[in-house]
Amino acid sequence: MTALTSAKADVSGTQSPKQSRKPTTAGASRRRALGKRGLEPWFYLAPAFIVLIALLGYPIFQLINVSLYDYRQAQVSGKAPLQFTGLENYQKLVADPEFWSVLGNTVLFAGACVVLTLLVGTSLAVLATRLRPWVRTALFVVSLGAWATPAVTGSAVWLFLFDPTLGLVNKALVSIGLTQFNGYSWTYDKWSAFGLVASEVVWCSFPFVLVTVYAGIQAISTEVIEAARLDGASMPRIARSIMLPMLRPIVMVVTIQSIIWNFKIFSQIYIMTNGGGIAGQNLVLNVYGYQQAFAASLYGLGSALGVIMTALLMIVTLVYLRILKRTGEVL
Amino acid sequence: MKIARSAAAFALAALALTACAPPTSNNAASSSDEKSGTIRVWLFSEVNQDPKSAVVKAAVSDFEASHNGVKVDVQYIPVDSRAERFKAAFNDPSSAPDVAEFGNTDLASYVASGGLSDMTADIKAWDESKDLDSKILATTDVGGKNYGVPWYVGVRALYYRTDLLQKLGLEAPKTLADVETVARAVRAANPDMLGISVGGAAQFSAMPYLWANGGTIATKKGGTFVSGLDSAGSRDGISAYARLLKNDICPPQTCAEFGGNASVQQFIAGKSAMTIGGDFNYKAVAASAVKDKFAVVPVPGNTAGSIAPAFAGGNNLGVFNSSKHHTLAAEFVELLAGKKYQQKMFDAMGNLPTFSDVQKSVAASNPQLDPFIKTLAAGTNFVPVTETWSTIDAQGIFTGMYQKIVTGKADVNTATGDAAAAMNKVFGSK
Repeated sequence: MTALTSAKADVSGTQSPKQSRKPTTAGASRRRALGKRGLEPWFYLAPAFIVLIALLGYPIFQLINVSLYDYRQAQVSGKAPLQFTGLENYQKLVADPEFWSVLGNTVLFAGACVVLTLLVGTSLAVLATRLRPWVRTALFVVSLGAWATPAVTGSAVWLFLFDPTLGLVNKALVSIGLTQFNGYSWTYDKWSAFGLVASEVVWCSFPFVLVTVYAGIQAISTEVIEAARLDGASMPRIARSIMLPMLRPIVMVVTIQSIIWNFKIFSQIYIMTNGGGIAGQNLVLNVYGYQQAFAASLYGLGSALGVIMTALLMIVTLVYLRILKRTGEVL
Repeated sequence: MKIARSAAAFALAALALTACAPPTSNNAASSSDEKSGTIRVWLFSEVNQDPKSAVVKAAVSDFEASHNGVKVDVQYIPVDSRAERFKAAFNDPSSAPDVAEFGNTDLASYVASGGLSDMTADIKAWDESKDLDSKILATTDVGGKNYGVPWYVGVRALYYRTDLLQKLGLEAPKTLADVETVARAVRAANPDMLGISVGGAAQFSAMPYLWANGGTIATKKGGTFVSGLDSAGSRDGISAYARLLKNDICPPQTCAEFGGNASVQQFIAGKSAMTIGGDFNYKAVAASAVKDKFAVVPVPGNTAGSIAPAFAGGNNLGVFNSSKHHTLAAEFVELLAGKKYQQKMFDAMGNLPTFSDVQKSVAASNPQLDPFIKTLAAGTNFVPVTETWSTIDAQGIFTGMYQKIVTGKADVNTATGDAAAAMNKVFGSK
């Protein structure tokens, strides 16, 4: 949207002699264009704005609002007086070592999921371009099956597979002679539990990356590759200097999507580690927020967590966009 | 520039925020007390629903026959989503029922939300109430007022495998120390079996250990609760329970995650020599593969012949604060939770009655109930009756403490100290 409006503004900007004298930034020219055109652009934007404000703006407004109050079940149902406490909920969180360890868990866990999803998805996409059509179709059908599986069902099935006594995985491991896996609990150790959940997450999210990146590779016109080849470029060089830059917008989109999805993981952790693991060792921000806001009825504190989560995601995404912009790519 | 503008917009938004508070509902007690109309009732749905429905149906037609112009509309709600249902009912009184069944550990938080109506006067005026088990009635008491009538109670006792113990020449444990030695001996002889299946998350199995050693979860000191988990007695009880979750009895790899149900399932599956299970588990055990090879005794205390105080779980019937028919609703509660229908509920579902005399009469004709009735008679105990307990429970402070100890993440002194501090913080936050 930004690219579109600034492009429009530039077109109108060229008509103004004032602007042609000094090179202006897109922002400055847009502001002038706004002044000239008055309310017209807003009028076109109105339908989208109204929907966004109703579906996004209002909930976020209430989220921030609730996070500034001492808002528990008693306050909601009118038994206790509502008290504005300012940033107290945030102070409580910042002072709580559990919050920091949960935040650390979330960053590590989500980071690992993002990297693994992208690696698996991209490598399979590259592989898919070199497969025979029927093998490729089979690969796509299988991965779309994983993608289509609801998170709750997928988690339950994975949990069955990795059950200490009855699970197929342990049985298979024992049958090939690894007897230490007899009755081995995958969810007992913190990192093995995270590993188990992460593999389930990668399993159900790599197909999106696969499909998108594959489509991106197919969209690169063969002429470009041919031209590079005629110029004597090697295959790795083509991959690095031709294909990757052309795929960049797509890789960027799937990365941002993955970051957002994986930071927001809830069902998999909640189901596979039984609500956060032994003594809460596998809590991530979203499950922690649910525990505080709904299970413990501390809506104010839970909202503060939600606000922090939203802010973090926006910062991560903005930083990522900024880095990409600096390297010369625009969305 | 852009940043400055968004900062200004944010400041403006912040200003707007402080001007309007988040929504709250008015859940004041209803002022009307109509003598006719429809009484809406919420009961929990059960895995085995039909016998419960039949008894309730009979009670409803009884009630409708004796009350002209009154209809009773019963809805069954799932236990798992009760929290959402009840909170929604408190937030929107027009969708709330008049009468509801609820777990006794949830009571204090419902009262704090202003959701339940004071029934002290109704209970006092009710002739059957004098026979209610006073320890169980006390679980409905918040600030000297009763907010419900105990409908049935659940206590846990020690299940053990007679065949396994006999083979080793062992007798049923007579003290808590016996439980440990017997469990260790059975596992040593049968390495595939758990000596006793208990769980790091099975809080109600752990509580008898705590109380039998003179420990407390929390005690009320001037208006607020203070955690007693770091007292010497509590630490003894917590260590004693944690000693069961060791490789030579119930390996933490397997047992640290178990809740109460999971540990009983091990016994039912024939994978453990003992377990701490409730009267409500008896039917399932008696129908399992181990049905001819088990017996039940009360969980023993520290000295032979004593019984460890059990957690008095159970469900109440109560009246909603927003009900427009308090008197009628209370009368329906007294009918369904009265002696006649408690007896019927026992016959249909096996729910233990809350009247001392009804308990005695069902025990006389059902010898398998004996250990549970004895446990009740020896005196039960309860979690702190405060709305903050549901927060403590949701945050897993109590079970997390056991799990930290049995997984070796913290020693007993550190874990109990941390848990007590965390509890006190929640107690103090109200």
